[in-house]
Amino acid sequence: MSVSEKIVSDLVANQVSFVTTVPCKQLAGVIDEVEKSKDIYHIPANKEDEGMGLCAGAYMGGKRPAIIMQNTAIGVTINTLVTLTQYYRMPLPMLISYRGELGEPVACQVEMAVHTKALLAQLNIPTYHFHKEEDVEELDSILKYTFMCNKPVAILTDASFWQGY
Amino acid sequence: MIRSEVLREIAPILADQLVVCNIGLPSQELHMIDDQPTNFYMLGTMGLASSIGLGLALSQDKKVISIDGDGSVLTNFGTLPTIANNVANNFILLIVDNGSYGSTGDQPTYAGGKTSLTEVAKACGCDNVVECQGEDTGKVLQEALDGDQMTIIICKCESGNVKVPVITMDPVVIRDRFMRAVGSI
Repeated sequence: MSVSEKIVSDLVANQVSFVTTVPCKQLAGVIDEVEKSKDIYHIPANKEDEGMGLCAGAYMGGKRPAIIMQNTAIGVTINTLVTLTQYYRMPLPMLISYRGELGEPVACQVEMAVHTKALLAQLNIPTYHFHKEEDVEELDSILKYTFMCNKPVAILTDASFWQGY
Repeated sequence: MIRSEVLREIAPILADQLVVCNIGLPSQELHMIDDQPTNFYMLGTMGLASSIGLGLALSQDKKVISIDGDGSVLTNFGTLPTIANNVANNFILLIVDNGSYGSTGDQPTYAGGKTSLTEVAKACGCDNVVECQGEDTGKVLQEALDGDQMTIIICKCESGNVKVPVITMDPVVIRDRFMRAVGSI
């Protein structure tokens, strides 16, 4: 089973059935698996805050949502995370490509990478960092934790985890 | 006709429907006119009423009406292609288009200028786009509810506000009673 298949299999096992995505090169494989899954309604969003709105609606409709996006989206979504997801106390697993880490070829990505963990910490968002392939074994527990505590939870996945681009 | 008059007129139609209401004055006015557990009031995040409503409509069978504004749709323009390409026939997007940012002091929006939200929605691929005057909103909304097809209504009305208190209800209370009305908890 590939890492992408394992991620989607854990989402499905945790009844996550509504997934919104904004693409990143690193996330292409997992987005393909989401699209392929018969158990998940995949709804691509044009911007990550829009995606979080879709997820909020899906949650209130009785579905377990998730968002897949790049770390640059933290800059886009702070207001939504604070005044929608956290304020109304909604669960939201966020599978995030952690661009700008070791192995990054695009210098500009580093500019947001240096702020990513600080911003998440400032927002009191529980944050997990997948650096080695075996770190994916924690995903099942992270998903259970997210839907237990009704919070947005960040899972940062770097280039080493994805073994390149 | 201004927005609060439109809301007052359609309140009996909204009363037993799931409503996701836009941030600021629209939510405060609806809350004042006819507070219902089936109303989800947005206290933050301008622009996401249509996204929340679509997510809700795609996730359960009851009809959902998102009450949005022209300024809020302009701030989340990406929502229209998403709506067009993810058809939920239990979803109605009602855009109260008064050509201004009402909650912030009636500054003009581009929708009150050269930009037609009706044409934009059509260009984005939305199939049932109905533009009406404020006075006809009740009739058009009822037809959309009876029609069982996803509908985008652009209600053209005048700019202007009434004095209205802020909503002091706790957001978790709003969300909890709304989800009980939806039947999802």
